[in-house]
This record gives sequence, C-alpha cells and structure tokens, in this order.
Amino acid sequence: MTASGRTPAATERELAESILEGIRTTAARIGRTISLMEVCGTHTVELRRQGIHSLLPRNVRLVSGPGCPVCVTPAGYIDNAITAAEKGRALVASFGDMLKVPGSTGATLASLAGRGRVKLVYSPSELPDLAEKSTLPVLFLAIGFETTIPTVLSALLAARSRGIRNLLLYTAFKTIVPALRFLLARTGPALDAFLLPGHVSAIIGTQAYSFLADAGGIPGIVTGFEPLDMLLGILLALRQVEEGKHEVQNAYPRVVKQQGNIKALELMAACLVPGSDRWRGLGRIDGGSLGLKADLAAFDAEQQLDLSEASDTELPGCLCARVIAGEAEPPECGLYARRCTPEDPVGPCMVSSEGTCAAWFRYGGDGL
Amino acid sequence: MSEAQLIRLEHGSGGALSRELVEAVIYPAFRSEAYPELSDASPITPGADILVTTDGYVVDPPFFPGGDIGRLAVFGTCNDLAVSGAQPVCLTLALILEEGFPIENLRRVLRSASEAAREAGVRVVTGDTKVVPRGAGGGIYITTTGIGRRCFPHPLSPSRIREGDLVIVSGPVGSHGIAILAARESLPVGAGLRSDAALLFPLASGLFGLGQSLCFMRDATRGGVAAVLNEIAAPGAGDTRSWGIEVEEESFPINPEVRTVADLLGLNPLEVANEGVLVAVVSAPACDEALRILHVHPLGRDARVVGRVTTLRPGTVVLRTRIGGRRILDFPRGLLLPRIC
Repeated sequence: MTASGRTPAATERELAESILEGIRTTAARIGRTISLMEVCGTHTVELRRQGIHSLLPRNVRLVSGPGCPVCVTPAGYIDNAITAAEKGRALVASFGDMLKVPGSTGATLASLAGRGRVKLVYSPSELPDLAEKSTLPVLFLAIGFETTIPTVLSALLAARSRGIRNLLLYTAFKTIVPALRFLLARTGPALDAFLLPGHVSAIIGTQAYSFLADAGGIPGIVTGFEPLDMLLGILLALRQVEEGKHEVQNAYPRVVKQQGNIKALELMAACLVPGSDRWRGLGRIDGGSLGLKADLAAFDAEQQLDLSEASDTELPGCLCARVIAGEAEPPECGLYARRCTPEDPVGPCMVSSEGTCAAWFRYGGDGL
Repeated sequence: MSEAQLIRLEHGSGGALSRELVEAVIYPAFRSEAYPELSDASPITPGADILVTTDGYVVDPPFFPGGDIGRLAVFGTCNDLAVSGAQPVCLTLALILEEGFPIENLRRVLRSASEAAREAGVRVVTGDTKVVPRGAGGGIYITTTGIGRRCFPHPLSPSRIREGDLVIVSGPVGSHGIAILAARESLPVGAGLRSDAALLFPLASGLFGLGQSLCFMRDATRGGVAAVLNEIAAPGAGDTRSWGIEVEEESFPINPEVRTVADLLGLNPLEVANEGVLVAVVSAPACDEALRILHVHPLGRDARVVGRVTTLRPGTVVLRTRIGGRRILDFPRGLLLPRIC
C-alpha cells in the first residue's frame, strides 16, 4: 500500500487480473447463471465506478440490494417531514440527499429550504448547537444503517447532557440482518450469495450473519470497497457456490472483526428497540427497524409531534420499489433517464448518490 | 413554480445542467448560422482574424493558495483566446463589488490582475465598476472580455476531429478546484495543494506548430477534463456529429495531494476545475511531436496521451478503470453532497 492507501497501479492491475482469472474459471465450471446480491449501496456505486460488471463472465450477475438508506425510506416519511415543516411545527434538519427525495405528491423538502424551515446538516454533531439556537423543535431525519446510527445517538446524548430538550429524532433507522433473512425467505433459490456490507459489518461484526450458515442459508462474503476487495468478494462467493457451501467469510479483515464494534453496539442496545417499520419496496420486516426506547420518548419526534405512521406509496410509474428489492433493473422503468434523471429525480434510487438508478445513469449499465 | 423552472447552483457547475441551460435557454436567443458552434471565443465578424471572448469570475474565497480572483480573471480569459488559436491583445475588466468589501482587498486583487496582465502581455484598456448592497453579492465579482489576434490559421473545432485522433492532457488535473475547496473548508493542507492558475498561451502556441494535425483545444475549467471530453464526444448546438472517446483512468496526471484530498471529499479529480490545463486533440502521427513540444515547457512537463477518438458508442466517453474495467465518464452532475452512510 502507498501512503494514500492504494495498491500501486501495476501491482493492482496484475492482482486484479489474477483474481479475475479465478472468477472466470470458477464461473465456467459452475456453468449456470449465478446471482450475487451486493447488499450495500456503496458497493452498488463502487462496482459500477470501477467498471467491474464489464469484467465479469456472462453467467455472473450482480443484483443490487436494499442497502441505500435513502432508498428504503418510504415516501410517507418524507410527507410527514414536509407537513411538519410546512405547518411550522419544527425545523427539519437533514443530510443532503433526503432533501431531494420526492414525497408521495412529488414535493420535496428542498423546496422549503428557502423559507428557513429546513436545514442541511453535514454531521449529526451539528445537531445540539442547532437545537440550542432554534426556537422551534429541531426534527432530525434520522435515517441510516448501523454505520450512521451510533453517531446520531451520540449527538442525541450530548444534547441531553447539555439540557437541550428540543432536539427530536424522526427515526427511520434500519438494520440489515432482518432484511437479509426477509430477502432470503422471499427470493429463495433466485439468489446464490450475498456480498455483505463492509462498513455495516465493521459495527455489527461477522457474528451477526451466523444465520446464513443454518439450513436454507447462502454464502455471505463480508466485502470491502477497493476494486481488489470487491473482486475477491466475488471470487470467494463463487468458490462457495461451486463447493455447495454457505458460510460467512470475511474478505475485509483489515476493518471487520468477528465481534464488531462493541462500544457502538452497546450504545445502540442502550438507546434503541427493534420495531417493524415499513421499508420502501419491501414492506414490514420484523425487527428490521430501530426506534428510540421509552426513556428517550421526550426526543422521539413521532411521539412528540404525533406523526402518523409513514405510508409506503409509490409515484405512478416509478419502479424504485422493485429496484430496491433486486427484482428490476433501472432500464425496465419507463421513467428512467427520461422523466427521471439525477437533475430531476422522481424516485429515491435516482436521488441518492448510492441509489441503483443513479449508479446506472452515471457510470453506464451492463454491456459496456 | 416548480423547481425545474428555477435557476439552481448546479446550472453554474459546468456540468450537464450548465450545458442544458446554454443550449435550451441562452443559445437560442442569439442563434446564428454564421456562428454554428458553441465556442469559448469567436471572430468579431464571421471569418475575421480578431477574436473576442468573455468570462465572469465569482470564485469564493477571492484569495486562495496559488492565486486570487484578479489573476484568474486575466489568465482565464487569455486562455480562452489561446485555445481558440489567438494571441491575447487587450482586456476589459468590470467589477461588481459588494458594499462592505475592504478597499485594501480590492487593491490586492487589482495589483494581482495588473501583474497577471503584464505576464500575459496584454493591457486592460477599459472597464466598469458597480456596487451592490450588502448581502446582494459575494464580495467581489469580475468580468473580463478579451480581444485576441488569430495566429493559428485552421479552425480549432470539433468538426475537424477524426477517428483515431489522440487526446492529450497538458498537465496534472484537478488542482484548482481542490485547492479552492480546501481553502473554503479550511482543510489543513500541504504546500503541494495550490491552484494551477497559469497562462496557456505558451503551450498552445507551441502546439500551433503542428499545423493541420492540431484539431481541437479547450482549457478544462469548470466541469474538469470530464466536461471537455464529453463536449468533444457530443459537440451539441449546430454540430450534429458525435464521436466515442476512450480514455484510460491511469493515464491522467494527478498530483498525489490532489488525489488524497479528492478521495477524502469523495470527488473525482477528472470532474474538478482546472485553470492551467488544456485538452488537445491531435492526429495520431503528430502525437509524439505534440508531447515533445509540451514537455519542454514547465507547465506541460506532465503532458500525456489519455485517450483516443473512436466511432464506437458515439456521444459517449468510456473510461477504462485502473483494474481494466469499463464505465461511462459522464458530464459532471450535481454538487458536492454530504455522505450519509
């Protein structure tokens, strides 16, 4: 590795070629079409950005999974946030991508930003100060997986210890393992292996995936984000498929440990309780969401502002729900690249920088 | 009114939306058969040897490592003339100042612009000054218009590009934009991270020696080399031809500091603005000579061939990644957004 953390180019290309050779020969021996689901939105983008699809044999298919937090948040959640901002009940604080996601009527939070009802934040650490200065309650759009959740909770606890009372979290936190179980039960034999998310796994540890080794499981490879990491993840998945195994393998040991990040896990356990909120496109998933515990109810936007449960309605013609579930590819959608572009998105998969449609649009689909 | 009908910051980013705005809203207002192409500089009358160009400068902050808005306003406009085959002769300079802007800062900017003009061998011959109320402007905006004399007889136009031509980038890419962002975000950065603001006339005039083999040049400012490559692939406006461009990711010269900070900010240096880099398309047999010419000049020391013109996938720039994968290199889209996961 060089100082910038990169493998020198010549070595990298040689290593890539030798892993690819392994991928080609293994895939050829398997013969049939193999479908690997990359669960994480960052993988969806990086696989396309590195042109990895163009290097794989024809019978190896990569399917994008539900790992983009913006994408799996239902439209009704946006509607509720817009209503709260419009009625002046709260100052809505959010990361950038969420501001551009249309709700079920097509309206976005971004259109309210000019009226001082919506505030873009770059880090949850800005929230305590923001809440302290604000006359209105600050409603933070608390979306994300285990990678994001601990930093949001830290900000909340910091606010509480400073005696700040008007910070409210509108939680749409998601947890990935129940979603994997759900997908496995729903798609069954259509999926051959999971490329498991490197960053989330750094928090939850490889132990969280032990169910994959049980009967009915499929191989799961914890995969990093450099080109060689991703190629290695694919090779290890194919090898398990060939050998008929279904084990959890860690192809990202420089970051991911078996037990995960214990401090972060303890923080989440202390503050959050599992729920079964809706995922866009997938519906209710038992234990697939995380909400605030009763002793933090004073900071829970749903309770304090009496928000209704977020409905999951799609805009007419938008295929995001099926794209998120890995059941459709972007060009199958009649809106893709016509009515729905990164500049003027219709569905969340085009809004989010980690969305499948955005990655296809930006880096090209298959067949390059 | 829907958001799609309002000007957004992305319209000024030099990417896909900027181009749409020019093609759909601005160009139609002035369309003329005598000027069928969207070029950075044009003859004052069709076929004339006097060229004119204009450019507005709104950089924030106005002083940054490696330059300031004054130097930029002179060099940027001179560069538009140089890559259009003209030697800059004189400039006009218009200031829009915000109430409250320190006069000492204005002096600094003007001293710098004056030095830059001396370096460029041009005179600032007329100008204008306006002041807007506090809050209605960003401190200081400058518009310069440049007049130049044609010194390269052939049109430097996408219409002269042919299959098999090679694409050359004159120096390390992304330095200007990353230096500005780092200054804006107050990132602690090393001495290596400076704007590349520089005069391109010495490099361009060297390449004029290639004669007909020099087909096209453009300075890769907003939108970076990615925007220029896409403009070559699909020139747009009155030009209906389009080409495929294939480039190698590894062949682009990039300073290590720029790469590190770009990685940190999640940016692609190919999409980031330059102020001292030109992209040239030359016919393949003249390529070695072109590189030899560029390498003699300090600014062109790292010049490299980055790709070639093909008839495959017209209108598209395909990038071969560092592991040999293929993907599209699109017009830059959107602005920097925070990462959420």
